[in-house]
Amino acid sequence: MSEQSAPGADGSGRPSGRLLEVDGLRVEFRTRDGVAKVINGVTYHVDAGETLAVLGESGSGKSVTAQTIMGILDTPPGFVTAGQVRFHGKDMLKMSPEQRRRIRGEGIAMIFQDSLSALNPVFTVGFQIAEQFRIRRGMSRSDAKKRAIEMLDQVKIPNAKGRYSNYPHQFSGGMRQRAMIAMSLALDPEVLIADEPTTALDVTVQAQIMDLLGELQRERQMGMILITHDLGVVADVADRIAVMYAGRIVEEADVYDLYAKPAHPYTLGLLNSIPRMDEKGQELRTIKGLPPNLMNIPPGCAFNPRCPMAQPVCREKVPPLLQLGRGRASACHFAEELVNRD
Amino acid sequence: MTENIIEVRDLVKHYPVTRGVVFKKTIGHVKAVDGVSFELKAGETLGVVGESGCGKSTLARVLMNLEKPTAGQVLYKGQDISKLSGGALRRLRRQIQLVMQDPYTSLNPRMTVGDLIGEPFEIHPEVAPKRSRRDKVKELLDLVGLNPEHINRYPHQFSGGQRQRIGIARALALRPEVIVCDEPVSALDVSIQAQVMNLLEKLQAEFGLSYVFIAHDLSVVRHLSDRVAVMYLGKMVEVGTEDEIYERPTHPYTQALLSAVPVPDPTVRESKAIIRLQGDVPSPVSPPSGCRFRTRCWKAQDVCAQEVPLLQIRRGSDHPSACHFAEKREIVATHEAA
Amino acid sequence: MSDPSTASIVSTPPATMPTEAGSGAPTNAGLPENAKKQKPRGLLGDAWRDLRRKPLFWISATFILLFVVMAAFPSLFTSGDAVNGALGRSRVEPSSSAWFGYDVQGRDVYARVIYGARASIVVALLSTILTLLFGGAMGIIAGYRGGWVDAVLSRIADIFFGLPFVLGAIVILTTFNGSGTDNGEWTIMGLVILSLTVLSWPVVMRLMRSSVLATKEADYIVAARALGAGTGRIILKHLLPNCLAPLLVYGTIMVGSFIGAEATLSFLGIGLKSPVVSWGIMISEAQNYIRVSPFLLFFPSAFLVIAVLSFVMLGEAVREALDPKLR
Repeated sequence: MSEQSAPGADGSGRPSGRLLEVDGLRVEFRTRDGVAKVINGVTYHVDAGETLAVLGESGSGKSVTAQTIMGILDTPPGFVTAGQVRFHGKDMLKMSPEQRRRIRGEGIAMIFQDSLSALNPVFTVGFQIAEQFRIRRGMSRSDAKKRAIEMLDQVKIPNAKGRYSNYPHQFSGGMRQRAMIAMSLALDPEVLIADEPTTALDVTVQAQIMDLLGELQRERQMGMILITHDLGVVADVADRIAVMYAGRIVEEADVYDLYAKPAHPYTLGLLNSIPRMDEKGQELRTIKGLPPNLMNIPPGCAFNPRCPMAQPVCREKVPPLLQLGRGRASACHFAEELVNRD
Repeated sequence: MTENIIEVRDLVKHYPVTRGVVFKKTIGHVKAVDGVSFELKAGETLGVVGESGCGKSTLARVLMNLEKPTAGQVLYKGQDISKLSGGALRRLRRQIQLVMQDPYTSLNPRMTVGDLIGEPFEIHPEVAPKRSRRDKVKELLDLVGLNPEHINRYPHQFSGGQRQRIGIARALALRPEVIVCDEPVSALDVSIQAQVMNLLEKLQAEFGLSYVFIAHDLSVVRHLSDRVAVMYLGKMVEVGTEDEIYERPTHPYTQALLSAVPVPDPTVRESKAIIRLQGDVPSPVSPPSGCRFRTRCWKAQDVCAQEVPLLQIRRGSDHPSACHFAEKREIVATHEAA
Repeated sequence: MSDPSTASIVSTPPATMPTEAGSGAPTNAGLPENAKKQKPRGLLGDAWRDLRRKPLFWISATFILLFVVMAAFPSLFTSGDAVNGALGRSRVEPSSSAWFGYDVQGRDVYARVIYGARASIVVALLSTILTLLFGGAMGIIAGYRGGWVDAVLSRIADIFFGLPFVLGAIVILTTFNGSGTDNGEWTIMGLVILSLTVLSWPVVMRLMRSSVLATKEADYIVAARALGAGTGRIILKHLLPNCLAPLLVYGTIMVGSFIGAEATLSFLGIGLKSPVVSWGIMISEAQNYIRVSPFLLFFPSAFLVIAVLSFVMLGEAVREALDPKLR
């Protein structure tokens, strides 16, 4: 596959002033049945105070990228075969486990989709938050408790003091997700990775949580990577969007540009296939077929078997992620045509 | 006027909450469904929306006669299905089928696709003679857009969307009149979800099916439904045509629900006003008195705690709503709720 | 809809969705080359593929096969006489003419060890099958019916589970097979099998009950009920195939431990008795001569240990193969 050039990656490897950069990352899963190429050259970055949404369907590699950034990729079967993950210009993949551990929580924190399994059921929610202050900040028991209650208060958990000594199962789904947010923000991270933070929640609660995340991010000027499959949530909160397909970024754009004029047929297909609330449509225009098997990615553009615009060249050449103008890139041979049509 | 194929009257389903192992003591009831009435007309799709815990899945189970109702009736063409048993119940099962949410757990992993789709014929041997069954299964596979040659494969060799098609083929095998769809697309990816929704629409047109379409995704429900019922804590709070519910909702809960749905269009970000509901859904073991939504409602008055609002057509509205203060409200324009 | 774990990535089939949904046109899926080779296989098929690659499996399977053939056709291995001996050869040490030597009564130890396999294997296999059937059936009833049936059955199982194994067996066998009784070979075998079963079924029942409880609520069971499937069909077609794996594993391991248990009971003098040949009896008889003729003890013990180990190792290999998490 050809190298990608993308916004933000100047390829020189020297510090570029970016907060967090993923550069040419490749990850494969070696399993009994063969090698699955899960991530095939992903490059993106996030700056302080901005929200990057990584959009993709199951198997697109969006969560694996996040796991690699956090250093929680299961190895085996997962192996990083190429690329860098730079935090303040330093490649985290080359750091010692001790150095990485120090970044986790204080530099980069993560919240997960399933808050019930991410919290330890045998400790109280408050204790789990306070523990971080004690271990990482060396606070005394009572100070840590005070800070933990402050954190619970900040994520708008009513009666934070009383809730401190509740166990995770005593919280509702929405409250638990708030507690998770409190926990990941406890050490003031510079980057927050939110992996499908609201997928398991009801719409009314989802709105509350997304509001809260947005508010906290603005207050703390955090960089946020929002991993999701929900085009609606993305439209509400993202600044920039990176669309992933079969382990590659196929399009990157400003949120307004992406929805107004998608520059990749996959993005266009996605936007067409969501039912709209504000109109009762006729038949939905779907993307035909299925995402590829990652052990057997089609040659050329991975999307070509499903693409309505596919030409012979798409089966032969992997389209590089090329810049299309300010902050905008697409990995399609016909990106220009797509953007310039009416 | 088309006939009512299913009529539900004052349906109640309570689950006892027990303590103890050998000597069980009932310490309360989960009021999962608490007095729900509606009807389903032949050939229409009734959407049922609500958040988790509102009782919509229990409703599906009672409609399928997988659970007996605590009170009330489910009438299929005038016949109370919960009173049926034996042969009569088996015959009824041919008419009402179920499509479940999770395509990964709803298919027996030890059976081939052929066995799975052929199982309805084995349970109801009178539908198709033995010799023709394999061909019927292949026809069904073809009908739902799967390759008939894959008849000997196992479910784990298919993707989520394909498995959901297998589930649909199974439900379709006996040519039922009604299919109850319990969140059939919510476990699927966006692009696959659209394919399955189109398939459901195609099948409805082809076989004149009636759907009860249960989902939490309001956009999906609007896309498929002719009429929509909104549920909250075991009760229906508003029923109407798709247009009435989505364009002119009168119940505050419906209004809040609709306003919270993220719109895939960044340009409305600033103009859109979300009604932010406070707190969580109360426990169905001890729901609030009067109107169940009153604890989170910005319009709540004393009367809401005392009187249960009936689901009926109220002044200034053209469809039934269970709110003492039902009124239209422009969802996009104003925003004063706190 | 987060990214799947490895497992689900791998299981994504290489098939492509054939046609655009909604067109309803016949489908001819463009399967990639490697998909065509893929034969349909279930989870057991997967397990078998996994097993074939384990040396542990082949070693233990070879031994087990050897023992089973030995039990079925002992004459293939030896032409010696296991029952009658000449006292003149009493305790003759192993030599080229009699590999394992002769015992106190002058009987060929090699022939006896070979013939002894039958009693051990038959008792172990039959009691395993009986235990699995009875315990499994109880487990299914308790798990599927639930309620008071479950409560009663579980308490009964607890009572049997509470009996110490050896003590229980001694009580049962001395009652029916004490000294002075004159039971035939098959009656004693039946009694031993019965007492092993009676004392072991609660474990199998618990295993079965918990997997039935876990499987009972599965969506595909609900789906089958919605189709109108009866109880029999649900249990046979849906529950059983999905609950069998842990039982299979436990059963294999159980054969090994039952071989040992049979020997223990024979050794204690309450199981099989001479003139029946079994490893336990041989060990029991050899104990008096352990100082002077240790080979009398060594050979039957070695066979016993190898047989037990083979079954336990096979069980272990099967467990690993059936457990998708270990793959």
